[in-house]
Amino acid sequence: MINLNILEISYLIASLTFIIGLKMLSHPDTARKGNLWAAAGMGLAILTTLTLYQDFDSAKGLNYVLIFVGLLVGTVIGTIMAKKVQMTAMPQMVSFFNGMGGACAALIAIIEFQHHQHSQITGFDGELLVMLLGLLIGSVSFSGSMIAYGKLEGKIKDKVLPMNQVINMVLLAAIIGLIGYQMFAGSDPVLFFILLGIALVYGVLFVMPIGGADMPVVISLLNSFTGMAAAFGGFLYDNKAMLTGGILVGSAGTILTILMCKAMNRSLTNVLLGAFGAGAAGSAKKGDSDQTVREISISDTAVLLAYSQNVVIVPGYGLAVAQAQHICHELEKLLEEKGVEVSYAIHPVAGRMPGHMNVLLAEADVPYERLQEMEEINPKLASTDVVVVIGANDVVNPAAKNDPASPIFGMPILEVDQAKNVIIMKRGMSSGYAGIENELFFFPKTRMLFGDAKASLQKLAAEVKEV
Amino acid sequence: MEQLLNYIGANMEMVYFLILAILLGVEVISNVPAILHTPLMSGANAIHGVVVVGAIIVMLQASPENYLALTVGFLAVVVGMLNVIGGFVVTDRMLEMFKKKPKKS
Repeated sequence: MINLNILEISYLIASLTFIIGLKMLSHPDTARKGNLWAAAGMGLAILTTLTLYQDFDSAKGLNYVLIFVGLLVGTVIGTIMAKKVQMTAMPQMVSFFNGMGGACAALIAIIEFQHHQHSQITGFDGELLVMLLGLLIGSVSFSGSMIAYGKLEGKIKDKVLPMNQVINMVLLAAIIGLIGYQMFAGSDPVLFFILLGIALVYGVLFVMPIGGADMPVVISLLNSFTGMAAAFGGFLYDNKAMLTGGILVGSAGTILTILMCKAMNRSLTNVLLGAFGAGAAGSAKKGDSDQTVREISISDTAVLLAYSQNVVIVPGYGLAVAQAQHICHELEKLLEEKGVEVSYAIHPVAGRMPGHMNVLLAEADVPYERLQEMEEINPKLASTDVVVVIGANDVVNPAAKNDPASPIFGMPILEVDQAKNVIIMKRGMSSGYAGIENELFFFPKTRMLFGDAKASLQKLAAEVKEV
Repeated sequence: MEQLLNYIGANMEMVYFLILAILLGVEVISNVPAILHTPLMSGANAIHGVVVVGAIIVMLQASPENYLALTVGFLAVVVGMLNVIGGFVVTDRMLEMFKKKPKKS
């Protein structure tokens, strides 16, 4: 009994570290410590469960061996994957680990269902409902996260099945039917596994039509799904650590998802139902493509930059893909030496996830104070001499402000068209994730600098040195 | 319906717990600056890895002769631990870059 109390107290401590950890994670100065606190709490919960959990039979050597081997395998693979991954590939890594959590919840539900088969419960069977929901949400989160991972890795192409939404609705109806039927008529192993299959397919079809730009929202949503699935596991065992951890992530993840949607000025239903960039894109601004753009040479750019008062750099995903954040920081330092004031304008959804760009720039040692958020920088853009847009597109597209027909209309943007000069560094004239034209490229004050971001920045830095 | 109400009544403590935890989650995160969205998502991702505790309990309850349960449970422990370790390590790597570097001048 003493052991059991110690176990419960350790779960209480773990729950507290999760709450405090999340709180600390939402402030830049304490974030890293917060993560470590939560990790310590997690370690405590795992350790005490292993040593103090009351099992009802004895002599389970094999079980313990398997648990230890399992923990070890997970630890080794997890550490290697997390250490090796490139900073640019972070979003898909999060998605992958999230899928693993979902799979874990679904597997637990599968085993518990076997146990449950032998018990006879009359009346409302809450345990069965919790199991079915854990299975459903865990497997949707697993297959959905795997698709999101594959899409961001470029292994899976955007594909919209004909009538995708209709099929999803049918699947959803089938899922509700299968759960409802079992709640009334009792559990049924065949229906249980049909539910598993449908849930997996639903996860795939749910993420499949969603475009690259919306992927962070989906990952965040699936993240909160896995939280819920973990919470359902907590109900099953009346385990407070799982409950707190799961519910916290479930609700915090949902809020985070909504915050991300707000940053893009889109509703969640819009993200989930309107296949962005596939259907709607065709309508907007196609007729203008006979306009010409004006190019600028590397040396002209160097002169323009070196003789400016202030320069604002707008980094986008193209910068990250080209791994150009370090050389970008070089250029910034060179310009600073020449007395030019340089700052970075970070759109909330720059990169692949909100905050992703900050991580990438921090990796390249760019001082935290140089990074300015959209609301801070927008009023200053009108007095900015040169804006350099590196591999960003939709986040500076003025159509979001003045073209109601555009699919991104209403999204808050960096108003770089207010600045005196705009230089766009880009590989070619292809459109951004939203798949729409950007009229900014055709403005009289806009100059295009074509080429790979890293190569161009290197040449540019060399030229600036000469000036 | 009556059965459902009875069930809720019998688990009232849990219902309170659920509601308070949801509100707490909303409250804890609502003032986060956009730059921390990615690390926060990643950290939250690691925290729901607590589901691995459930996998361990499953394994401890399983009979040593039930090979199916042992196999599935083993898998659950592996993937759950992947979620925990991978999540925390990735988050730490991201946040490591935010730490202030000593200035040269």
